[in-house]
Amino acid sequence: MQEASTLTVAPAEWLATATRLKADGFDLLCDLTCVDWHPEPDRFEIVCQLYSTQTQGWQRFKTRCSEAAPPPTLSILWPSANWFEREVFDLFGVRFAGHPNLTRMMMPDDWVGHPLRKDYPTEGYR
Amino acid sequence: MVAYLLITLVKCLVVLLILLTAVAYIQLAERKIVGRMQSRVGPTRVGPFGLLQPAADAIKFILKEDVTPDGAHKFLYVLAPMLAVVLALLSITVIPVGPIVHLFGITTALQITDINVGLLFILGVTSLGVYGVVLAGWSSNSKYSLLGSLRGGSQMISYELALGLALVGPVMLAGTLSLRGIVEAQAHLHWFIVPQIVAFAVYLTAAFAETNRVPFDLPDAEGELGAGYHTEYSAMKFAMFFLAEYVNMITVSCVATLVFFGGWMGPLFGPALLRALLPVLYFVAKVCCFLFLYIWVRGTLPRFRYDQLMGFGWKVMIPLALANVMVTGLVVALH
Amino acid sequence: MATTAGVSVEKIEGSRNLVLNMGPQHPSTHGVLRLRLELDGEMIVKAEPDIGYLHTGIEKSAEAKFYQQVVTLTDRIDYLAPLTNNLCYVLAVEKLLQLEPPPRARWMRVLLTELTRLNSHLVWLGTHALDIGAMTVFLYCFREREEILHIFEMASGQRMMTSYFRVGGLAPEPPLGLLERIRKFADMFPSKIDEYESLLTKNAIWVGRTRGIGYMSAQDAVAWGVTGPCLRAVGLPLDLRKTAPYSDYDKFQFDVPLRTEGDVFARYQVRVAEMRESVKIIRQALDGMPEGAWKADAPGITLPDRDQMKFSIESLIYHFKIVTEGFNVPAGEAYQAIESPRGQMGYYIVSDGGPKPYRCHMRSPSFANLQALPKMIEGRLLADVVAIIGSIDIVLGDVDR
Repeated sequence: MQEASTLTVAPAEWLATATRLKADGFDLLCDLTCVDWHPEPDRFEIVCQLYSTQTQGWQRFKTRCSEAAPPPTLSILWPSANWFEREVFDLFGVRFAGHPNLTRMMMPDDWVGHPLRKDYPTEGYR
Repeated sequence: MVAYLLITLVKCLVVLLILLTAVAYIQLAERKIVGRMQSRVGPTRVGPFGLLQPAADAIKFILKEDVTPDGAHKFLYVLAPMLAVVLALLSITVIPVGPIVHLFGITTALQITDINVGLLFILGVTSLGVYGVVLAGWSSNSKYSLLGSLRGGSQMISYELALGLALVGPVMLAGTLSLRGIVEAQAHLHWFIVPQIVAFAVYLTAAFAETNRVPFDLPDAEGELGAGYHTEYSAMKFAMFFLAEYVNMITVSCVATLVFFGGWMGPLFGPALLRALLPVLYFVAKVCCFLFLYIWVRGTLPRFRYDQLMGFGWKVMIPLALANVMVTGLVVALH
Repeated sequence: MATTAGVSVEKIEGSRNLVLNMGPQHPSTHGVLRLRLELDGEMIVKAEPDIGYLHTGIEKSAEAKFYQQVVTLTDRIDYLAPLTNNLCYVLAVEKLLQLEPPPRARWMRVLLTELTRLNSHLVWLGTHALDIGAMTVFLYCFREREEILHIFEMASGQRMMTSYFRVGGLAPEPPLGLLERIRKFADMFPSKIDEYESLLTKNAIWVGRTRGIGYMSAQDAVAWGVTGPCLRAVGLPLDLRKTAPYSDYDKFQFDVPLRTEGDVFARYQVRVAEMRESVKIIRQALDGMPEGAWKADAPGITLPDRDQMKFSIESLIYHFKIVTEGFNVPAGEAYQAIESPRGQMGYYIVSDGGPKPYRCHMRSPSFANLQALPKMIEGRLLADVVAIIGSIDIVLGDVDR
């Protein structure tokens, strides 16, 4: 498997780019996750892996955002983004704008903090 | 009078003793046979070949903590397993296991009591058995139990119909509802299985459903409902349901033997003692064949779905049974 | 009036639906899945999966471990396909390192991941059948699985948590007699598949319980990110072993089983056919197994041989350094997707140039497939829920990570 080409966009173009990519035939959203580049200001890097079931091509596209200005949800384009974004919210605290059901999924509902952030200790808070 | 009471009492005790032992060992046999079918060995540790396993199970059942769930209807919760087991035991009283015997100057039938509507009695009592299931599910205050009992209730009532209708054919041929009479009508190998093969097929299927066994074990479908109506039961109360299930299995196997396979009828030979013993042996052997069938099916088939089961019951079984009744009636009338 | 599966239910004024909490302790939710079901009679009106009961924070733990230590964590994700996880992880790291393992290692990886596929499918078939009430199939499947676990134990010393693939090759050298044992198994196994099929494929009850149940259209399946046998059961030939070959899969001849019905029975047929294809691949791998090294000649990344260490100071130093300091991986990112028994398994690894992954994310097939579950079960009967959960073949360790 060759490494996919990467497209980096600004959060404002996130949804528009995604719509264009979907129109280009990338119909399967394989993965959506986040990388925390703490302490940089735009700490969250949202990464999507797309696959086209027609051309069998891969595409990665990503954006950088701060905690205050999260990108909009992709779940209107790919329903499968719903859980991926919920997971990213739960573990990183990225509040995707317009997400239909942004609740905790891995951690208990009353959990404090977002464990996969780099400033969250591996051993947890004791 | 005293002698009659005494004899009946002794018979009751003997039947109860044999029945409870039989249940224990059928259960062991089931575990052993299913185990062999599934390429494992079954229980082997307690006693030689695991023969003492039932005793160990019984001790375990007695010693386990008896839990009553919060919010359960206490009275009905306790009543349900009792009802199940009493009704199961009650129906066995009219089952004859052999002909009338003369022993030590006493002439007696090999059954607790011979009532002339024996078959009707069994059908009546087993249909009451649904109360045990429904009450257990409802009183447990658990959704899984409730769903199990709902399924159990509708399933047992639906299949009761088919079960009853299937038995009408043989009854018409025998001209009596007495189980002894039905067996005697099948003397000389005129077993009703031959003219009543359709009725037998319906009966056998309905009997599986009536006793909630695979492939009709929806009320206690482990896969979906945990254990269905007895999810919340533990210790002796659970053991009672367990007991009731196996006693019911024995009852329907006995009825099948009596109604379709000539009961204790079979070739008699040898010395007097053997002649007296053979009928009982024949009967037991036939019943055991049915019990083996139960176990075999359990090792082979998956489970029906609720709507498929009801559809099958109402759309296939009951029409078949009715058709059989009509044809049998015609034949009997024309003779 | 709602009609489903031939049952019509009339809604009574003022009646409420029953909310049934299924799991996390339930025999048929394949682990600790919790479903919140709204029932109208026995019909599912609404279903909400609730996950996270098995969340162990593997992605977080991975960031605190050296690259070679993470291999042991990957076993625990999809615990029914540990070697597939190992493979996906090491391929991703090898991609970052631009390291190519020698042919023998690649072929051994194919051989063992196909055995893993059999292992996983056997557990799936057994538990799926058990949920529907066919108890015997379960024990038959576990009988053969036992032999596969013995083979894994022979190769890696572990039955389940194998950790056998390492960055650059395999962990220890495959022992003598391993291939013969696998060949014996491969010769015996097809007859066993016939045995399972004889109990199920033409069984009227089984077909009645599975055909037409849990239907999903091809569009829905793609939109919800469903992959693997579930996707191939709707007629999409997406199998990464063919479309994006890795680890020399392009050198093997096999078919991708396809069905178009998209129901539980189709998924069953696809997986059973896949088992037969896996046996084909195993045979080819056994026949053509290359000779030579079983790990890349990459000092500082692959552990040196034990006997070398006794005579060469460099080997000893490398060993010491790898174990205590790990090895640095060039900065960058890699997404490696492979075809796990459940679908597309992807590892996304970001390196900052250090000896520990900066971020290690697993795209688990069960997670995506489970998300589509409500689509399949809403409007069906309660008994269908267990059949459908069984058919999407989730592993909760894979879902929650």
